[in-house]
Amino acid sequence: MGRRAKNKQGVPPTLDEFQATKDKKQSKRKLGSEPAAAEPEKKRANTTKNGKTDKKVETKPAKKSKPAKKVQEDEFEEPEDLPDVDYEELSSAKKALFDDSDDNDDDEEEENDEFDVEGEEFFDSDEEGRERPMFSDDEDDEEIENLNAANMEALSRKLDEEAELEAEEAEQELLEMQTNQPRAKVLPSAEEEELMEQGPQDVTSVRTRMIEIVKVLENFKELAEEGTSRNDYMSRLLKDICEYFGYSEFLADKLFNLFSPSEAMEFFEANEIARPITIRTNTLKTRRRDLAQTLVNRGVNLQPIGNWTKVGLQIFDSQVPIGATPEYLAGHYILQAASSFLPVIALDPQENERILDMAAAPGGKTTYISAMMKNTGCVFANDANKARTKSLIANIHRLGCKNTIVCNYDAREFPKVIGGFDRILLDAPCSGTGVIAKDESVKVSRTEKDFIQIPHLQKQLLLSAIDSVDANSATGGIIVYSTCSIAVDENEAVVDYALRKRPNVKLVETGLVIGKEGFTSYRGKHFNPKISLTRRYYPHTYNVDGFYVAKFKKIAPSPHDVSKAGAKEKESLARAEAEEEGIIHGDFAEFDDDADKELLDQAMKRGLRKKGINPNTVKK
Amino acid sequence: MRSLTEEETKIVFEKLANYIGRNISFLIDNPTNPHVFRLQKDRVYYVSEQIAKYATSVSRQQLMSLGTCFGKFTKTGKFRLHITALPYLAQYAKFKVWIKQNGEMPFLYGNHVLKAHVGRMSDDIPEHAGVIVYSMSEVPLGFGVSAKSTNEARNLQPTQIVAFRQGDIGEYLREEDTLFT
Repeated sequence: MGRRAKNKQGVPPTLDEFQATKDKKQSKRKLGSEPAAAEPEKKRANTTKNGKTDKKVETKPAKKSKPAKKVQEDEFEEPEDLPDVDYEELSSAKKALFDDSDDNDDDEEEENDEFDVEGEEFFDSDEEGRERPMFSDDEDDEEIENLNAANMEALSRKLDEEAELEAEEAEQELLEMQTNQPRAKVLPSAEEEELMEQGPQDVTSVRTRMIEIVKVLENFKELAEEGTSRNDYMSRLLKDICEYFGYSEFLADKLFNLFSPSEAMEFFEANEIARPITIRTNTLKTRRRDLAQTLVNRGVNLQPIGNWTKVGLQIFDSQVPIGATPEYLAGHYILQAASSFLPVIALDPQENERILDMAAAPGGKTTYISAMMKNTGCVFANDANKARTKSLIANIHRLGCKNTIVCNYDAREFPKVIGGFDRILLDAPCSGTGVIAKDESVKVSRTEKDFIQIPHLQKQLLLSAIDSVDANSATGGIIVYSTCSIAVDENEAVVDYALRKRPNVKLVETGLVIGKEGFTSYRGKHFNPKISLTRRYYPHTYNVDGFYVAKFKKIAPSPHDVSKAGAKEKESLARAEAEEEGIIHGDFAEFDDDADKELLDQAMKRGLRKKGINPNTVKK
Repeated sequence: MRSLTEEETKIVFEKLANYIGRNISFLIDNPTNPHVFRLQKDRVYYVSEQIAKYATSVSRQQLMSLGTCFGKFTKTGKFRLHITALPYLAQYAKFKVWIKQNGEMPFLYGNHVLKAHVGRMSDDIPEHAGVIVYSMSEVPLGFGVSAKSTNEARNLQPTQIVAFRQGDIGEYLREEDTLFT
């Protein structure tokens, strides 16, 4: 109905205005020259008609007469200085016809040009021609000449009706045009597909097809081919994505489902481009401005990352290796992805606290925590991998962090080792679906099994983290959970699990200015509504690695805190529990065929009864 | 993890005294935030007492590092200072050598300090004393042993060595595999 509203007549001019225009017209008429009355008019009509036909290549010839007529109206009415209603109506009618504002503008422009070229006399001659009733439209004008307060309303109503009629006609034509227009065939036929199976395909053709399919999926109702389902398009698109970007089918499907089709394409494209190199200023040793100055003097082209961090710098290009400058060796900065700033900013460490980083290597986040605490308090940096603690220790020493203890436990051992922390950062080991740009191997190496095992570990780690925090801490009691994955299984599902298992924690605002809200429901699974407080990051939206951050606050000690279970006991406990509850192997119930049969029968009977058939009379 | 025995303490302090002399007392006497030396798997760590107490809850196998590593005892019982001790050494340094920008990279690649690269040096450096090497912008780059006293060094040829390198921050890259566990 929007168009209808547009067609509404505007405010008519006041009587005074009307009088003024009439006077002007009359004076003009006196000036006008007698000859050359009808001829230029006709010529003009012709030219515009031609112009129209040229532009409207796609429309059917039958339609030509109509727009042309409208153009004529346009021209005749213009000099008359009618109330502006007519212009609007006409243009809207035209819009309805062409449905393309560009075209429309062109038309109008061209007409205007013609007016310019032919000069002002023609206006006058038009007026002359109008004396004789040449066109049906002129009647209106005649009437308008005789306009007065009494018949104004009736007249305007008449104009309104006419315009409406035109608009309707135009609409109808548009509809016809659409239905008649053949829809683009995007999907390959069965034979073509067979051909494609045989050998490598032309990448550009695959790419164009992907783009076309995405376009179709965006506007499925109008662009889809007859007789093809959304599924056909989806499966083809997924195959193309696997082919073009080199994903395993499983992973492509998993990632694709997180986004709308067009956003998914953006995401996959963004994964092909490396993120910018970023460094973090070590505030223990220098300031960002000083560091930027020295690096610029070394021929490094850099710029602050964004206004959400005061310590990050983005490197565009450099004449020296960024990882081997004297400043780097002196520990003035560390190479760190912008996304790894986020969990530490969310953690918000305070001075003189005791903090645990459960998966610390290679130490970017640990040293950031230490720097934020200004080397006070105590930071436990734990990593399960002994080889990786080497780089962790190196970075800690290089950056001059003096308040750290590096240990090499399975993080699930906490709080058996030591508990009662003020804050805990758990940057959990993950599948790495957010950092595909960094590590291409993820594309093919991740299987369904990973997405069962990794979340399983993450859940245990998160529970350990929650149990290791001191709920009564004066300043903290905070747990930050983060992953460099964007899969829901490793993020929202894990957080939801922790919220269910530990009612003594709640989600709180992360305090991050950027980021999208976590999903509260995903593919039929519903999570705790508070999960919208968590934050997601995608490479295509913020140009950081894909990332997820959730911040908990522990509000009461849990009975599990007293548990002295180590990693092994916890693992066996979790396994037993999983078997009982079936959390780990999907949240779906088993199919019970017998129970299903009963339900199916009932539904069938109900259906028959609705149709007016007695179900008892129907044989099975 | 344990505190050092008397003999170990003596060896460590002798080494440290080369570089920071009497300033060593600042390391051990810090009433507001007492610091201690701890030995863990041959390595000597210098750490605040509070953190050392926390570290007792970590088992010996799993404790990889705490506080700042000062160096390690060799199998023959000598103590070798590591570059990781540089922040403390630089803070309390007795003798200093500043090197010009063109000398920074050669030094960070593990070369000795040449006369040509020296921008400035402390006046009273005796022969074979521990010196801390700084860049002209006061960034500590490493430490070494003076080859000549300051007076003698003034008359050296540009290509001759002023200080023998003992450690430099380039080791963070070069020796990453051996320096830390």
